[in-house]
Amino acid sequence: MTTLAHEFRATYAFMERNANLVKRYWSWELVWMVYSIANSLSVSYIGLGMERLGGGQNVDGRFLVLYLMIGTLVWRYLSMIFYWITDVIGMERWEGTIEYTLMAPISRLTHMAGQTLFAVLYSLLFTGVILGVTVVLFEIDLRDANLAGGTLMMLAGSLSFIGVGIMGSVLPLLFPERGSQMTHVIIALLLLVSGVYYPVEVLPEILQKLARISPATYVLDGTRRALMEGTPSSQLWPYIWPTLIMGVLAIPFGLWVFGQAERYAKRTGKLHRNG
Amino acid sequence: MSQAVIVNEVYKRFGKPNGSWWQRPRKANPSTNGHKPQVVAVDRVSFSVRTGEIFGVLGPNGSGKSTLIRLIATLLLPDSGTIQVFGQDVVRQPMQVQRQINRVSVEASFFKKLSPMENLVYGARLYGLDGGETRRRVVEILTRLGLEKRVIYQPMEEMSRGMQQKVAIARALLSRPRLLLLDEPTTGLDPRSKREVQAVIRELNQEHGTTILLTTHDMLEADSLCDRIAIIDSGKIVALDTPQALKQSITSNSHEPTLEDVFLELTGKSLVKEDEAE
Repeated sequence: MTTLAHEFRATYAFMERNANLVKRYWSWELVWMVYSIANSLSVSYIGLGMERLGGGQNVDGRFLVLYLMIGTLVWRYLSMIFYWITDVIGMERWEGTIEYTLMAPISRLTHMAGQTLFAVLYSLLFTGVILGVTVVLFEIDLRDANLAGGTLMMLAGSLSFIGVGIMGSVLPLLFPERGSQMTHVIIALLLLVSGVYYPVEVLPEILQKLARISPATYVLDGTRRALMEGTPSSQLWPYIWPTLIMGVLAIPFGLWVFGQAERYAKRTGKLHRNG
Repeated sequence: MSQAVIVNEVYKRFGKPNGSWWQRPRKANPSTNGHKPQVVAVDRVSFSVRTGEIFGVLGPNGSGKSTLIRLIATLLLPDSGTIQVFGQDVVRQPMQVQRQINRVSVEASFFKKLSPMENLVYGARLYGLDGGETRRRVVEILTRLGLEKRVIYQPMEEMSRGMQQKVAIARALLSRPRLLLLDEPTTGLDPRSKREVQAVIRELNQEHGTTILLTTHDMLEADSLCDRIAIIDSGKIVALDTPQALKQSITSNSHEPTLEDVFLELTGKSLVKEDEAE
């Protein structure tokens, strides 16, 4: 078998394994879906709440609902990709299978490609369900929205979150007990600076500077343009190219960071927990 | 005869000599001088395993057996010395080495929510094996090892430790490795299962020519399976020979010397100290 065919088969192995994990943990996935829908709805209702609190003056509740809903959806999608990459490494560390994965004759690129392809597909599906429920409940009219453009923006943003996810997975690799929880800090900082629920202009100047290097900022801006204003996909390029560049830089850097951590773990004996 | 494994002056130590920089200001613990004690796990060990041989490594808990296996399996990097597997260096050519080896460790590590079939197909695909063919062989190997067909599709968390260990053995067999690293593969198995696994090891070696490096605490197992045995203590090899020659190397007034007598004489320790972890 050619090396390429071998690597493709191994990539599929990770996708199939993760799909099996979803199947076996279906009740957890259902709970997570209900939680995610409730969470998105709660945030989106803030829009209508603001309209009521503001006495209906100068506050467009429908606009706010859509603004916040897009924030929750994009954020759910991007953070899900991140967590699928880091959590599975955490799970592998916990179950002890990480030694067998790292002992397998495959490149780290193949390993991560399988992990991330599944994460992107599953997160898209998951986000689609939340979008459907939210649209129905709020009776949102998306006829003028550029849904394909919104999806394109999210796919472009996936690349950089894959890179950040690979970097974040170093934490559960090296710290099996608390590593997974430590990854929350990465997501929390990105949530703070990227303008998920507010325009980044309200942030202090230092945080606005950080917003410029967060890929989520561009994904959110582009997706809002596509869905709220119906901006054609061809005009989304100013938001797409920064995320693509960040992705192209973040993925190889993430692989390098993971490689260094793997080497450190092999040097210090941190891959196994006992025996 | 060609060499499957050449271990040359390998040294592996864990812990840091002066502790990490953030540990230094801490108040000193008199026993460890304020930092984690250094442990020399493998101390300038050299030996070779011939192609087609079953080579045993015996030693008390904490003697360095598992570390040695992990070093050969590319899961640890030696501090010094070299290891070659079928002529390829484990540090410089890990991928080439990984294609030719597989390993069974004392603890059966799996995604416990997944079934043996799901776990094994995943593992096999990483070695480039076809899914359909793998599914057929999984049933064949696991039933040969005494597992009922129905448990092959149930979550592994519902299986006993012994059954899980058999699945771990099946995982290693699926990739048809040229070198099989077995780290206490029969620990925790009942006598019947132990015999089934030992029969598979023999068959692999005799019919497929698989080279096997085996660590065990079972002296009878080592005596019956191994062509040669190395006894390791505190990271150093204290004896290396055929089981027969090892037994002849010591004298016993009351009975014919056994491998256990050799082990106790050379290591001066009991076989298993329950509260010690390797």
